[in-house]
Amino acid sequence: MKPRNLLIGSPMERVEDFRFLRGDGRFVADVNLEGQLHAVIARSAVAHGRIRAIHTGDARAMAGVRAVITARDLGRPVPVIPLRLQPLAELAPFRQPMLAHGKVRFVGEPLAVIVADSPQIAEDALDRIGADIEPLPAIVDREHAEAGETVLFEDHGSNVAIRWTAVRGDAGRAFANAQYVRKETFRIQRHAALFLEPRGFVAQWDGRARKLTLWGAAKVAFANRKILAAAMGLAEQQIEMIEVDVGGGFGSRGEFYPEDFLIPFAARLLNRPVKWIEDRREHLMTANHARETECEIEIAATGDGRILGLRGRSWSDNGAYIRTNGSVAPRNVAQFMSGPYHIENIALSTTQLITNKTPAGTYRGPGRFEADFVRERLIDLMAKDLGLDRVEIRRRNLVRENQMPYPLATITPYESATELDGGDYRQLLDRCLEDFGWAEKVKLDGRLIDGRYHGIAIGCFIEGGGAGPSEDARIVLESDGTYSVYVGSAAVGQGIETIMAQIAGDALEAPFDRIRVRHGSTGDVAQGHGSYHSRATVMGGSAIVLAAEKLRDKLREVAARALGCEPGEVTLDSGTAKGPAGKSLALSELSEAPVEAEATYRGDKHTYAYGSLAAHVAVDVKTGHVEVIDVASIKDVGRIINPATLHGQAVGAIVQGLGGALLEHLVYDGDGQLLTGTLADYMVPSAGCFPVIRSTVVELIPSPNNPLGAKGGGEGEIIPVGGVIANAVAAALADFGVEPMELPLSPPRIWALIG
Amino acid sequence: MKFPDFDYACPKSLDEALGLLRLHGDDAVLLAGGQSLMPLLAFRLAAPGLLVDLKDVPGLGDIGIDGGGVRLGAFVRWCEIDRNAGLAAAHPLLVEAIGHVAHYQIRNRGTVGGSLAYGDPAAEMPGIAVTCDGEIIVMGESGERRVAAADFFLGALTTCLRPGEIITGLHLPPWPAGRRWAFEEFARRRGDFALAGTALYYDLDSQGRATDAHIGVIGAADRPMRLAQAERMINGSTVNADAIAAAAEAASREVDPMEDFHAPTAYRRALVETLVARALTRAAG
Repeated sequence: MKPRNLLIGSPMERVEDFRFLRGDGRFVADVNLEGQLHAVIARSAVAHGRIRAIHTGDARAMAGVRAVITARDLGRPVPVIPLRLQPLAELAPFRQPMLAHGKVRFVGEPLAVIVADSPQIAEDALDRIGADIEPLPAIVDREHAEAGETVLFEDHGSNVAIRWTAVRGDAGRAFANAQYVRKETFRIQRHAALFLEPRGFVAQWDGRARKLTLWGAAKVAFANRKILAAAMGLAEQQIEMIEVDVGGGFGSRGEFYPEDFLIPFAARLLNRPVKWIEDRREHLMTANHARETECEIEIAATGDGRILGLRGRSWSDNGAYIRTNGSVAPRNVAQFMSGPYHIENIALSTTQLITNKTPAGTYRGPGRFEADFVRERLIDLMAKDLGLDRVEIRRRNLVRENQMPYPLATITPYESATELDGGDYRQLLDRCLEDFGWAEKVKLDGRLIDGRYHGIAIGCFIEGGGAGPSEDARIVLESDGTYSVYVGSAAVGQGIETIMAQIAGDALEAPFDRIRVRHGSTGDVAQGHGSYHSRATVMGGSAIVLAAEKLRDKLREVAARALGCEPGEVTLDSGTAKGPAGKSLALSELSEAPVEAEATYRGDKHTYAYGSLAAHVAVDVKTGHVEVIDVASIKDVGRIINPATLHGQAVGAIVQGLGGALLEHLVYDGDGQLLTGTLADYMVPSAGCFPVIRSTVVELIPSPNNPLGAKGGGEGEIIPVGGVIANAVAAALADFGVEPMELPLSPPRIWALIG
Repeated sequence: MKFPDFDYACPKSLDEALGLLRLHGDDAVLLAGGQSLMPLLAFRLAAPGLLVDLKDVPGLGDIGIDGGGVRLGAFVRWCEIDRNAGLAAAHPLLVEAIGHVAHYQIRNRGTVGGSLAYGDPAAEMPGIAVTCDGEIIVMGESGERRVAAADFFLGALTTCLRPGEIITGLHLPPWPAGRRWAFEEFARRRGDFALAGTALYYDLDSQGRATDAHIGVIGAADRPMRLAQAERMINGSTVNADAIAAAAEAASREVDPMEDFHAPTAYRRALVETLVARALTRAAG
């Protein structure tokens, strides 16, 4: 059934904003329980070392300190964080223990949990923890990681965790016969998702009922409940995970971290509610980092610019442990290197290296941001070498509509194949050129105006979305005539309470204000797969469509009994059930008890939104400063649920991409100390940094892979930004021969390239 | 990120505040706008036993403008410098420079005295004090002393303030009409500490030649400093492209920039040259 289009497609104001704008949002720090204690985490100040002893006696002796928990208190074996995605046996040795034992492997690694009457006392006690750690050499770069003179995991014997390969066609032959080949080395810097408020939990253990309640769940509550249950020796049904409001997730928030276990563990140990709120410094040194990748990639093409092949190697600096989704970005770097282009021959690998840094995980557009930087740079270099127009060369190589579905390179060892689901890639490239004003702006390319050199660039991208396997939704017609919609998707700032209500409203043919969306907490639906891989709208929304269909069947049955007719004779209007001969009944009078229906939407085929993004920069060659004058993007998502929230996603993604291209960098010194542990040093875009961003989202060709026809659209525009900005800088500085191969494009780096 | 335990006092007079410092010695720390102290406490890089809040000490928040120059009380906040109608004429370089300090919320709290006492090498207020022959007015047990800003800053985050002393204000000499001036700094984002910056001015003699050039830099050494060589290049010359290039080049040789992960020494040195050249060009224009 294709839901009718009253609410879907209209720019509804976010229902969430009413509470946010009035200060009524309830974030985890707002959750307070009577009698709660406060936890802080003692963390390693040493990047790599052998733990001789952790002295806790002085801390324990302090007034107001209720417990100091070390790995010794967790039992044997010390529980580890399992892999949620790509759970390969060969990655098992690198899982992170909930508390360090034997060795520490990164600065910030949890050593102990202090629980006290107040956070102040708990922090006072931090100073009294004596960590006796014998330092070992810190591994902070590829050279030393590969050399392996020092290894983080002695039992494994090497700092190489795994090598992912992406293969399609016969790259060897393609390169042997190619008229044009070029090989370059690129580097993408370590940076990370940064959301508004840091993480946190409040855990409550009910000893009598043997039930654990945990506030602060996000993103993948059901998966985390399973992990937590196993680590605590509980059944999943003994745990309730409750979502609260969050200021963004971007892939990082909501994955399982040590605190996801440590705080509930402390609550059960002490039989008191325990609260932990991460501070910004902790966040920057312990929540997932992302993106640090080095790529040595070669491109092969015909003399007229038809790309024949890609081959080469990448190394991803994974940090000290492989966490829940640690392999997603490295594998994506290999699989999505070809992006939206038809490239028949591919032989790429990514090696995941273990180093003494914070473990890496996914961050919006994982692996794709990195791969797009490399590929789009290579295409511009190729255009220059061959004397071809950089737009034409892209147009020539984009996957055509008649090639859809288009299979991408296959990834091993965790074998997975995927195919682009459809789209008119060239049309959006042309529309982007038009929206941007390419024909006019290209005249500025490389020109010096008022002391700055101007340059423009354009790039094309695909965005994966709609990861399986399934999502659940349950819809209840309450006895007051309102609908409660429960869905397994999680809210991480996307506005799903609004979007899901729009989908439900159309599916139920009910007015928007009669629908209330509940989401993400484990009590609401039987199973939920949450919000990652731009899947919430596609999967959760499709489940709502199915559940609404079921509910309407049920309502017709119930109404038929009351109206004395057959279910097939009943039609449902927004508030009434109508039978034959003018008989009707208000839905609110249909039944004393709520009527409900539940449905599961299953789908394993990914959606691929796609588009193009162009940028205009001006570079001050004296300071190396890159000003972003203009950005224009366009993307096709198949079907738009809410253009306003989608536009917000697009603009936000672009700003985050600009942060990654120009500003954000997690810097380590040779001893493995993180130098950028505050927001004064870790620079995120502020409101005034990038004032002109124009973004369009269209619904051109629906996805064939779900009943809504929608494609996941929460990440897309971040993906091309690094490559496009670097290409624009290269275009601006053509007179100087500047070709940036490394991000971020910081002023000192640009200045040094100019020479 | 929680403060360590401390006591709090809010004296009603300067004498009372001085008395508290005398009584508690090293254990007491003065609190003005708190924009440096609060983060230090939150990171537990400082753990004083007593905070002495100066907010109720009378007279510290005054801005005085007269023939003798400009006097800023130690408790004058950045937003008050923005808002003061007289300052734009009485000391335009001050107003422009302070316009670069931090962000809205911080500007509503941060103070002249706090910035001087903290002595960040990249901060604007110390830079203006040094460039403009400022005098820092300090009250101690033995009474008031006035310290030339040039002698006040000893190194990064280090000043010549003695235990028990309180900065009460900053005096800047009068600003003659017709003075040429400019301020330039380069920060990654608006409001960040500058990677480097310059404040400069000079006057013109009857032949249109520059006299009394003052060229100061921030973020280019372990403290704000004036560049004597560059000033010499400007004094007595017509400030044209050649003179500007020569002065800027001299400036880059004269500074001793630190290296950190934000920028290498060579970059900061080149930045000083660029900023001095741009500031002189603006001043001359």
